[in-house]
Amino acid sequence: MENELIQWLSQPGLTHYLMIGALLFCIGITLVLTRRNVIMILMGIELILNSVNLNFIAFSRFSVITLDGHLTALFLIILAAAEAAVALAIVLNIYNRFKTIDIDEISLLKG
Amino acid sequence: MELQFLGIGILTWILFLPIAGLIIILLIPGDKLKAIRITATAITGIQVILAAVIFRHFDRAIEGINSIEGFQFVEKYRWITVEAVPWFGRIEINYFLGIDGLSVLMVILTALIGFIGAISSWTIKKQVKGYFALYMLLVTGMMGVFVALDFFLFFIFWEVMLLPMYFLIGIWGGPRREYAAIKFFLYTFVGGILMMLVMLALYFSVAVPDPETGEMYHTFNILHMMNPAYYVEGSILAGVDTTWRYVAWMALFINFAIKIPLFPFHTWLPDAHVEAPTPISVILAGVLLKLGTYGLLRISFPIFPDATMYFMIFMAVLGMISIIYGAFCALAQDDFKKLIAYSSISHMGIVVIGIAALNTQGMVGGVLQMFNHGIITAVLFLMVGVVYDRTGKRGLYDFGGLANQMPKYTGIAMIGLFAALGLPGLNGFVSELFSFLGAFEAYRWIAIVSVFGIIITAGYILWTLQRVFLGNTPEHLTSLKDLTTREMVCFVPLIILIILLGVYPAPAIELMNTSLSYLTQIVTVPAY
Amino acid sequence: MEQSMLHLSLLILFIPLAGFLILVFFGKKLPRQGDWLGTSLIGITLLMALYMLISKISSMSTETLTYSASWVILRNSSFGATSIDLGFMIDNLTVVMLVVVMLVSFLVHLFSIGYMKGDARYSRYFAYLGLFTFSMTGIVLTHNLLMMYIFWELVGVSSYLLIGFWYEKKSATNAASKAFIVNRIGDAGMFIGIMILFIHFSTFTFEPIFSGLAAGDLPFQSTAWLTAAGILIFCGAVGKSAQFPLHVWLPDAMEGPTPVSALIHAATMVAAGVYLIARMFPMLTAEALIVIAYIGAITALIAATIALTQYDIKKVLAYSTISQLGFMVMALGLGAFAAGFMHLVTHAAFKAGLFLGAGSVIFAMHNALHKKNDHHTDAQDIRNMGGLKSRMPVTYWTFLIFTLAIAGVPLTSGFLSKDEILAGTLAFSSLNGHYLLPIIAFTVAGMTAFYMFRLFILTFHGNHADESRISGLMESPLTMTIPLLILAGLSTFVFYSFNPLGASGGWFFSAIERPASMIPEALQPASAEIFNQAVKALHTPALILSVLIAGAGIFGAVWVYEWKKSSADVISQNFGALYKGAFNKWYFDEMYQYVFVGGTFILTKILRWFDEKIIDGIVNGAATLSERFSVMNRWFDENIIDGLVNFTAWFMGILGFVLRRLQTGKIQHYLAFVVLGVLVFYFIFV
Repeated sequence: MENELIQWLSQPGLTHYLMIGALLFCIGITLVLTRRNVIMILMGIELILNSVNLNFIAFSRFSVITLDGHLTALFLIILAAAEAAVALAIVLNIYNRFKTIDIDEISLLKG
Repeated sequence: MELQFLGIGILTWILFLPIAGLIIILLIPGDKLKAIRITATAITGIQVILAAVIFRHFDRAIEGINSIEGFQFVEKYRWITVEAVPWFGRIEINYFLGIDGLSVLMVILTALIGFIGAISSWTIKKQVKGYFALYMLLVTGMMGVFVALDFFLFFIFWEVMLLPMYFLIGIWGGPRREYAAIKFFLYTFVGGILMMLVMLALYFSVAVPDPETGEMYHTFNILHMMNPAYYVEGSILAGVDTTWRYVAWMALFINFAIKIPLFPFHTWLPDAHVEAPTPISVILAGVLLKLGTYGLLRISFPIFPDATMYFMIFMAVLGMISIIYGAFCALAQDDFKKLIAYSSISHMGIVVIGIAALNTQGMVGGVLQMFNHGIITAVLFLMVGVVYDRTGKRGLYDFGGLANQMPKYTGIAMIGLFAALGLPGLNGFVSELFSFLGAFEAYRWIAIVSVFGIIITAGYILWTLQRVFLGNTPEHLTSLKDLTTREMVCFVPLIILIILLGVYPAPAIELMNTSLSYLTQIVTVPAY
Repeated sequence: MEQSMLHLSLLILFIPLAGFLILVFFGKKLPRQGDWLGTSLIGITLLMALYMLISKISSMSTETLTYSASWVILRNSSFGATSIDLGFMIDNLTVVMLVVVMLVSFLVHLFSIGYMKGDARYSRYFAYLGLFTFSMTGIVLTHNLLMMYIFWELVGVSSYLLIGFWYEKKSATNAASKAFIVNRIGDAGMFIGIMILFIHFSTFTFEPIFSGLAAGDLPFQSTAWLTAAGILIFCGAVGKSAQFPLHVWLPDAMEGPTPVSALIHAATMVAAGVYLIARMFPMLTAEALIVIAYIGAITALIAATIALTQYDIKKVLAYSTISQLGFMVMALGLGAFAAGFMHLVTHAAFKAGLFLGAGSVIFAMHNALHKKNDHHTDAQDIRNMGGLKSRMPVTYWTFLIFTLAIAGVPLTSGFLSKDEILAGTLAFSSLNGHYLLPIIAFTVAGMTAFYMFRLFILTFHGNHADESRISGLMESPLTMTIPLLILAGLSTFVFYSFNPLGASGGWFFSAIERPASMIPEALQPASAEIFNQAVKALHTPALILSVLIAGAGIFGAVWVYEWKKSSADVISQNFGALYKGAFNKWYFDEMYQYVFVGGTFILTKILRWFDEKIIDGIVNGAATLSERFSVMNRWFDENIIDGLVNFTAWFMGILGFVLRRLQTGKIQHYLAFVVLGVLVFYFIFV
């Protein structure tokens, strides 16, 4: 049992990467759903994006040798950067308007 | 006969000039009253000049009526063409204009009365811009009916005319204007719907081969509808003397009878006349009523010769009743405008018995009576307008002794009234004479009874003269001024025409003689 | 000769029209308001007419000159072109009539210069006289029925304008309208008659119609229609010549200025009816002629009885005019063509004279009363006159000549023509057995002598009831007396026949011959030859009888009014109801007023009610019905259809109210829903 675990750990394969990715994704989701600070939520989103990146690269590495996954990951990194810039701008605006970045305070769309 | 300016046919010019005028008037700011009035007058004045050109170049020897070669100043373009609609085939609506001996006099009348109406509209004070804009639209509508040779086009102009008329009565009219306007609109509209049904029935019954491809397609061309060979076998209006043809004729007749107006469809007229402002009464009586008889002659007679022959006596009897009945009702009125309205009914009855006679002299008399009545009632309504503008009254008992107070006015009014009475030497007599001569040849007793209408006519006209113009001038009328120059400008051309056509009617008769005797021939001696 | 005749007749026709136009437009600006212009223009045309008369009559021919010009050509595709012509026809009848019209018109113009002096519409008056002369000339010159009808109506209008000349007076305008409308009734009949002829012959011109008839081509191939056409055209004459039953307008027409009465309502226009019968004579059937003769006789009798009782000088003359017109019409109906027409001419002279004489009297009376500031005394009532003889000698003597002429005393013109007519009635009854006609004719002749002398004596003889009232009375000025003198001269026999006891040898009878009848023989009246023989045979008894009867009438009048041997009041009381009937004009006016005018008005009221309540009621009823229906529709629309729509909306609202709770506005909740949703889908679909 122990040997199997050690063996499994010593031979890293696709599954490992996916596990890490899933872990990152879950952390990201948790962050997004639970934190009240907008900045923290943004960081959660970054984590989700990176977990996706990890998956792309993993799949790319362990399937037929193509560079599709790598390319997509590259795009995603750029996208994430852009997203972060826009999002931060939004956050700044929110702060300007509401004098807070607590997401619970901002509920104008409440029905 | 082709006549073009700047590459556009003269009929298009005369037809759409008022639309150009409408646009110009809309561009002029609403407070520049003088500019608006001058524009409208100038536009209608140009129409009169164009009408004179048409009169000058019109070929008196061409027959017209049912062949495109017979029409003059023809313009024919495809207007709406929709190819291969399911179960409908090809829809083709043409922009098809042309005039023959039947319509030329009406075009001239419309231009002339439109011009006179525009001059007399200078007294309108309320919302001048809107008034003249609608007026221009009205003139185009009327002119369009007289020059259109495509049934669809005819129908469009027929309805286009309604709308401005409705507003002109409904906004610028007298106290009961809304009632009168709605009554007018509904009456005419009911007729319009009947006409539309017949139009569609004719459309589906008539099919002509395409000259290039040979493909059969339905058409709205009125001339094609007159040719029995084009009727599709088994279609609703095919054949001769069928029930459906009678029904269709009747539907058309009701539409036209409302416009004429013929007893018992006449009651919109007194109300509309009484409430309408003076120039609109002039247009209404001068041109609009003629559309009814014109429609009968242009559409009912040549398209349904069989039904026309069948209903000839019926038409004549209605004409006779209108003559007598209108005259009696006129005798009972105490409102000046109502009196003239009923006299119009009576006089249009003469047109009907003339054209229902279906012989040349009757037709000529009838169409000439249309023209003459247009001019005479224009004078009469302008005449009422003059005193109405000055006193705000038009009851026959409100006046008296105007002969001393307003001698020029009285002289002109007397000529107008005597022309309406059918005095020889004035134009009313000539057309009444020919109408009666025609009617007498066709059906003696109806004509004989109708002649007694002229006695009653003398009665109400002389009584009017006596009540309004003769006698002592009452105190409240002693400050009345005689005619102004602008009013004289309205009256004088009409009076000149009244006398000219009364003394020498040959120029007017020559214009239409060929076409009308041909029309008589194709109705009484059908092609089948 | 022919050309000059045409040019002259054109000038005669249009010079008066030119006068009318000039005076209407510029009359007020001309010196003396243009009276000299109108008068001299008519004077010129009179000279032309006289020239035409002399050259035509002296040529001793009865030929007819005609001139035609096309007015309208009506082309017909089936039977070619019909030309409607206007034109002149000049025969002896025309030129005689032309001279009569122009002469009387000229004298009346002259007379009016004095009579109408100072009137507010002086120039307008002369303009209207010109218009009338133009129209009357048209009737005389025409060669076709259309022009006849046209000018027939135009004289009607000029008569209307002149009767209503003083239109401030209600009675004048009433009389004018009455005259026009009564005439229109006759004209409507005439119009129908003309239509019958035109429809059959396709022409209005006399000559082709007559030649068509001569060829046996009857209207609609029926003798009944031919007779009907004749009688219907005669209807026009009944109206214009004031024959029974349309005679009621003429007495009222005396509301016009007196010279107008002389010109239009005595001498010329009313004689147009007689002229029309003369023109249409060739196509009148024996039956139509009998109708005409009896209408004339009845008219003569009725009017004479009324004239016996009237007191208004102009009314008496008006009824005597009607009576004399009845005589003429009767004469033409009998076939005494030349006699009837001659009576027209002689009557024109002496009746115009009588009216102008009466005008002179009224003028003098009016002025005299005016000086006394007396505005209540009626200047036309003969009871207010009397003893004017010495004050107005010229008027007196001329009036006497006219009265003798109308009474039919030998040596006057009236005797010649009346005697021939009376002989004609005797001849007719001997041929056809209509004995009523001579009896009526002789009775009327006696009555005429009686009432004319009654008028004459009451006006001029005796003493005036109130001498002071007429102290300022003077003879009329020269312009008024000269026409009287001329007309008095023309009322003597010499101008018509050199034999004072018989006209048949004179130029008139040789110039005016009865035209040959153009209709099939079976329908013709007795031929001219047979008739003339009978007249010749009966001429002497007729002559004696007529002189006796006229003498009796005059004697009666002198007996009662001059010598006062018996009282007029007693006589009238003896006649009781008859007198009352005649005095009230046999109640024709009342009856017409009640039956026709009242009936028409009731009918118009009923028709107006019918129009406003029934026909318009149906229209408005239809409108109301649709309105009610639309109200119902509106309820249905608002409650049922719109109800469904609103219910849907309401339901949706409820649903939304529930579901809005999900909308928290917190972005994390939404994300949680997304995640949940993904999970749910995952578990359902995978």
